[in-house]
This record gives sequence, C-alpha cells and structure tokens, in this order.
Amino acid sequence: MYTQGLDAKAEQGAQPSPRLVTEQEAALQGRFQERVDAEEKIEPRDWMPEGYRRTLVRQISQHAHSEIVGMLPEGNWITRAPTLRRKVALLAKVQDEGGHGLYLYSAAETLGVSRDELVGQLLSGKAKYSSIFNYPTPTWADIGAIGWLVDGAAIMNQVPLCRCSYGPYARAMVRICREESFHQRQGYELMLALAQGTPEQKRMAQDALNRWWWPSLMMFGPSDDQSAHSAQNMAWKIKRFSNDELRQRFVDATVPQAEFLGLTIPDPELRFNAGTGHYEFGAIDWTEFNEILKGNGPCNRERIEARRKVWDDGAWVREAATAHAAKRKQRALKKAG
Amino acid sequence: MDRKDWPLFEIFIRPKNGLSHKHVGSLHAADARMALDNARDVYTRRGEGVSIWAVPAASIAASDPTEKASLFDPADDKVYRHPTFYDIPADVKNI
Repeated sequence: MYTQGLDAKAEQGAQPSPRLVTEQEAALQGRFQERVDAEEKIEPRDWMPEGYRRTLVRQISQHAHSEIVGMLPEGNWITRAPTLRRKVALLAKVQDEGGHGLYLYSAAETLGVSRDELVGQLLSGKAKYSSIFNYPTPTWADIGAIGWLVDGAAIMNQVPLCRCSYGPYARAMVRICREESFHQRQGYELMLALAQGTPEQKRMAQDALNRWWWPSLMMFGPSDDQSAHSAQNMAWKIKRFSNDELRQRFVDATVPQAEFLGLTIPDPELRFNAGTGHYEFGAIDWTEFNEILKGNGPCNRERIEARRKVWDDGAWVREAATAHAAKRKQRALKKAG
Repeated sequence: MDRKDWPLFEIFIRPKNGLSHKHVGSLHAADARMALDNARDVYTRRGEGVSIWAVPAASIAASDPTEKASLFDPADDKVYRHPTFYDIPADVKNI
C-alpha cells in the first residue's frame, strides 16, 4: 500500500499564491506538458515544474510512510499466528511492506529531498500517512481482512500508478504491485478458512469485515468534488483515475468475493444496478475520515509513538554500523599501507 | 554519529548469468559491504538475481539532460551507420 488523497480542499489556502511566470518558464512548462501528454516519462534530472516536484515529494513520501506505519497493525500478530504457515506468510508480508517503504523513500529522494528529512517529518507527526493504519487489529481475523480489503484497495489504487509520468515512482510501483498480489491472496485465503470454520470463527471473520469495510472505502480518499489536487494531478499524469472511479472498481470487485465467503457487507444500501453493471453503496462517513487525518483516530498516537521508539531504540545499531564501517576502512588502509 | 553520514548506493542486479546487471534502485548504507547485505534483503527477496553491484551514487558521472540534443543529435543524421542504408540486389543471398 498505500497512497491516498490526503489533502482536502481546505488546505489549499496554505499554498503560495501563483506568481507571474517568465516567458522562459512558460516555454519550459509547455514543453514539459507536451512530453507528459506524449506519455514520455520524466526522469530525476529533467526540468519539471516546482508544483510537480512538490506534489510528487508529498505523495511518494506519504506513500512510503504508509508502508512503514502499515507494518505495525500486522506486526502485532506475528508472534500469535495460529500456524507456522500463517506465521511465515505474515512475516514475509510485513517484510515486503518494509521493502516497499524503502523503494518509495528512494524514489522520493531522487526529487532532492533527504531520507532524514522524510523520516523526521514522520516522527514529528508533520507527515501524513494512510488513514487505514490508525485502526486497531484486535483479532486474528483482522489480518485476513487487511490482506483481502486493505491490500485489495491498495492494488486498485496502485496499478494505475505503474504508469505514472515520473519514472522512478512508476518503476517502484511496478515492483510493489508484483509483490502485493500475494498479500491480497493470503488474506483472502485466511478469511476463507475462518468463514468455512466453526460458527465462532465465521463470526470473527464477519466482525472483521464489519470493522474494515468502510475504512477500506475511505482509503481511496475524499470524493471527487472534495479532492484538492485531482485535476492538476490528472493533467500531469501522476493520477490516472479519480478517487470515486477507483472506489467504485473496488466495490464491484469485492462484493462478489464477500458473497463467496458467505459474509455480509455492512451496508444496508448496497445493491447491484443491472442497468449500469455497478454496485451502488451507501454514503461514507467523512467525519470519521477527517478526524483520523487530524490525528484523532483510535491508534494515531500509538503508531507514531511506536515509530519514535523504534527510531530511538535503533540508534545504537546505526551508531555501531557506522563505527564498524569506519573500523573496516581503517583496517583496509593499514593493510594496504 | 548520525545516519546522515551514510552515503547513497545505487544497486544493480544481474537477473541471471548471460544478462547484464540492471539498475533496480538505491539505498543508504554505512559502507559497500552493508549496502550489498541490505540490497540482498531489499531487492532479491524472490530470486530476482545472481549477482549484486552496489555503486556509491557520488561516483556516478551522468550526462546533463539539458544537453541531450547536442549530445545525441550528431548520431541522428548518420543513416549510413545502419545496414538498411545499403542497396543489395534481391538475388544476392546471405548478406
């Protein structure tokens, strides 16, 4: 996972007001847009509008933070996985998320921002990450629901990003998407095992679906008329489909999967419209979403505290690695000398 | 010492013998050895490669994209560098 339209329209006031562009800049911008329109990829050292760079740094770093914070709710269950098979799968998945975070930080760094700056923004609470990781994982079924729904929504979001106009981001997304499909499948398999298990196990699966359904729909970000950057990001081909389009695709793909499990989607208004070929669904509670983005979700504080603790507790490892590298260098010099 | 001291390494992987190393991404490490160890974990979790190169990013000299035209244009009008430039009668075989 996990990119999300996290910036609501209200925030636009904070943006610097547009200044007059010089003729030269206008020409550069025109040429840039032509390249993007022609589906040419933009590479790190190519000229790009400042807004394009800023948007990418924000989106890619939020995406990277989401991967790293996303390790926490699932990591919670590694030591308590019910079988060795489930345990190795979960361990591999969480390790993948760490790797995805790294690919993305690397992609962000090609835009001239340092890793320490990005990590600092996460630890200070300044940076945003996907709202979904601020929900708790109280039962084992949550691990199934996360793989099935959260990673399912992530895939829906991320596949179009493989064609993003910015080369390093697109390449990172190709790697990520390739790895992500195992995440979703292991989650669905886990849900299937519970849904076909004892009545108590099935109840657990249903309870997890009840809690994760709406937050998963919110992962696609605010609806199109509330989304701050959509039009420009579409023109820049950072974004290919609108939040609402992707959300609809997710619902259309997921409802039949829930039916196969014999579980009920917690939305009384959900119905199939034979005319359009799409599922219609109830209104999303955006108050909940906005509260989470403001830092008031069930686990916001816990997540950032956990990341800070990891950073502080890991300080000696970073110091030791640096000291060890220096010693090795000294030894090599002595040998050569 | 802070991690700011860790340089950036560009990572290249050879997918299998017979193919060239290909750039896959980058990472920070205290030294080249740590870069190789971490590249193993980050970029080859699913049998992606048989060999890794870690190259300090600072050691890479790169051409300037704004000079792309003057750098590559000279090759664009030299069609005689391509085999199809030369007319050979259809009756002549194996050439």
